[in-house]
Amino acid sequence: MRPALEEIVGRANALYEDLDFGAVTDWKRRNPGRKAIGYMPIYVPREIVHAAGMLPVGIVGGSDRLEIIRGDAYFQSYICHIPRSTIELALSGRLDSLDGMLFPSICDVIRNLSGMWKLLFPDRYVRYIDVPQNFDARVGGEFWRREIEALRDDLVVLGGEPITDDALNKSIAVYNENRRALIDLYKARSEQPWVFPTPELYVVMRAGNVLPPDEHTAMIRAYLDEAPREDREDKDHSRIVIVGTFCEQPPLGLLRTLERAGCWIVGDDLLLGNRWIETEIPTEGKPMENLSQAFIEHSTATASRYDAERAKGESLIQSVRDNEAEGVIFCAPSFCDPALLDQPMLVNALDREGISHTQFKYSEDTGQFGVIHEQAGTFSDSIRLWSEV
Amino acid sequence: MTNPKQPSSPGTIAEVRKEESMNLQKQMIGGHYQALERAPKEGRKVVYTFVPGNLTELIRSFDLLPVLPEINALQSGMRKLSGGYIAEAEKSGHSEDVCTYVKCDIGMMKKGNISPTGTKIPDPDLLLLSYTGCFTFMKWFELLREEYGCPVAMLHVPYQADGTIHAHHRDYIVEQIKTELIPKLEQVSGQKYDEDRLKESLKLSAEAEDDFVHVIESAKNVPSPIDAYFGGVFYIGPMFTAFRGTPEGVEYYKTLCAEIDERVRLGLGPITPDGEMTEERFRLVVEGPPNWTSFREFWKMFYEEGAVFVASSYTKVGGLYDRGFRHDPEHPLETLADYCMGCYTNLGLPSRIELLQDYINEYKADGFMINSVKSCNSFSAGQLLILRQIEERTGVPGGFIESDLVDPRYFSAANIKNRIESYLQMLEQRRKTGVAS
Ligand code: SF4
Ligand code: SF4
Repeated sequence: MRPALEEIVGRANALYEDLDFGAVTDWKRRNPGRKAIGYMPIYVPREIVHAAGMLPVGIVGGSDRLEIIRGDAYFQSYICHIPRSTIELALSGRLDSLDGMLFPSICDVIRNLSGMWKLLFPDRYVRYIDVPQNFDARVGGEFWRREIEALRDDLVVLGGEPITDDALNKSIAVYNENRRALIDLYKARSEQPWVFPTPELYVVMRAGNVLPPDEHTAMIRAYLDEAPREDREDKDHSRIVIVGTFCEQPPLGLLRTLERAGCWIVGDDLLLGNRWIETEIPTEGKPMENLSQAFIEHSTATASRYDAERAKGESLIQSVRDNEAEGVIFCAPSFCDPALLDQPMLVNALDREGISHTQFKYSEDTGQFGVIHEQAGTFSDSIRLWSEV
Repeated sequence: MTNPKQPSSPGTIAEVRKEESMNLQKQMIGGHYQALERAPKEGRKVVYTFVPGNLTELIRSFDLLPVLPEINALQSGMRKLSGGYIAEAEKSGHSEDVCTYVKCDIGMMKKGNISPTGTKIPDPDLLLLSYTGCFTFMKWFELLREEYGCPVAMLHVPYQADGTIHAHHRDYIVEQIKTELIPKLEQVSGQKYDEDRLKESLKLSAEAEDDFVHVIESAKNVPSPIDAYFGGVFYIGPMFTAFRGTPEGVEYYKTLCAEIDERVRLGLGPITPDGEMTEERFRLVVEGPPNWTSFREFWKMFYEEGAVFVASSYTKVGGLYDRGFRHDPEHPLETLADYCMGCYTNLGLPSRIELLQDYINEYKADGFMINSVKSCNSFSAGQLLILRQIEERTGVPGGFIESDLVDPRYFSAANIKNRIESYLQMLEQRRKTGVAS
């Protein structure tokens, strides 16, 4: 790998592997007196945290590198893995750099985890973020505006400084840049997945969980510049979209396995919350209204969101078409009710369109990929075979 | 200790009245299923909705008939039909990991939607998605929407994470009722919204709620005249389903109250499937829903040891009436909003723990039990912390059982019995050795 690319990817990898969130501690050291606020999947308006002069930190579990010592004592075996690794991170002191934690409404597990947090860490700021499921601007929009205003007011108290509309508009602009960079990155991968392999794209994207947004945008831009300079060749792979990975994250090894098994991932819902708003948000006028309106009008489709307008599977099919994918891999965390209950409906929608699919489950600490390799390989072969017929 | 209300005459009346309330409930439920079966012929429209946050008074004010799929699922469990239904759903692609109520319902639908009493349940004309206290509800009705192709009215109820109803939460629900629910209910029923009618019904709700609270609080007596968990699920039946706000509902709770007062007066313990419990040895508080597929067997494991449940959280999934909530006819939509928000599974963990802690103290319980069901993340995620916190705060030792609601594969009778026995022995031992509880 060329040094420039190696530096970017190496840094992103190091951030991914650092379970002690050293980047957050560093940021706090560089910004004395400033606070860091964690947030869980799926969506929180990070702009508000940023405008408060705080660092939003995405917490998505502990992946396969965290040994669970205490976390298992808090959750029954039939509950997914992310809450136990998150509790483990906190109980082992790894989240001590966080001054608060936001739990958005995605499912009952994260919801209840917010209450556990209050009980386990009574001196830290905790807020449950109830995102609306009504997408009428006068109803759900109004509710959401008041909900995020309450978050803003909390952060004013916590930070001891006012959050001005001007600061909010600036933060919206900063995140617009970040959204644009991510859209460009996804587009580039879709066009040349061998140039932007997903295990790489993923760590670059995930660096945004711990880096300030402008720094992260610069990293994505640098990666977009450097990756094409690398001598990488297209392979006879199939093009697939993966779905189900919006909350508990698959281990990196799984993403590598899919590519090794002959699948180019050209669409996914990894870390979806960071790409939740699908357009730019206006940077003038009333920022809280703009943030609220963007949520109401431009939220992405996913299992945890109610969609009265679109038929189930419509946006998945659109993603298959837009990315010229040949198949879909349902790849959901074990015991994930939202993803697994969504799946039969999405399967029906794909069947109606004649789009091939396969499915398996994972846990963030899955360590053996033999079976998945075989299954994905067979799937990829079958797709290619069909496309040749 | 509560005072008996409306004392009844002594003698054998208690026995007669016991049958009266049970029969009454049986007739009400049977009548409802029959009305549902006749509905398509009679041109009556049907609304499916969920127990927590159910807006029965509103639905009925449009002359619509409610169907509660959770009740069908639990009844299927009790009648040993759920295993087959779940297998049917799994065969058609549903994951073994997810909530079995949903799979039981899907399986039942695929097998013709025959109700547990043998009548045909009509297809929904509207799915009223009361999104209260459980995220799975949304998936459940999305799945039904796919099957039936009927309209959905979504009512998103904010969570009470900090135990407070905020003004913007209430406004949000009221606005949704006005702009989403009422128009759809009008459309389906062909009737205009009639607020006076709704108010009348809410008045009846409040009346029955008073009596209902009297019934569940009767367990403060020693011995308790009721089992507030296994018996409690029958007492909540009319209140949590299709009969709140109806004259039959009021009548049922009046009858039940009189029977229970009579039991208190006579110093009797709860009635179990094997007759009256004569000796109350342990008073327990329980968190989590019961298992339905082995309901009697499960209950027996307790009553044959003289253990009675004096309070349970499960009987609060349809509202925390015992903490003071009453439907208020003067503020019909606001009261519906507050009702939805106050259901047990819509409360944050700290509030749930406080409630359970209060129950242990108020009902003078000597034990605390959690039945953790695999299906239900809403209940189960966090229960191990609840257990610890309750033990720390009250000094009462906790017991932990794992089972499922309607999936017979997850009820391991021998294991569960063992656990219960050793737990109760431990309580006994503490009592003997004088360790304070
Ligand atoms: S993985 Fe699924 S079930 Fe688990 S916390 Fe995330 S959304 Fe909820
Ligand atoms: S998850 Fe729990 S509350 Fe939700 S439908 Fe299933 S059993 Fe009911």
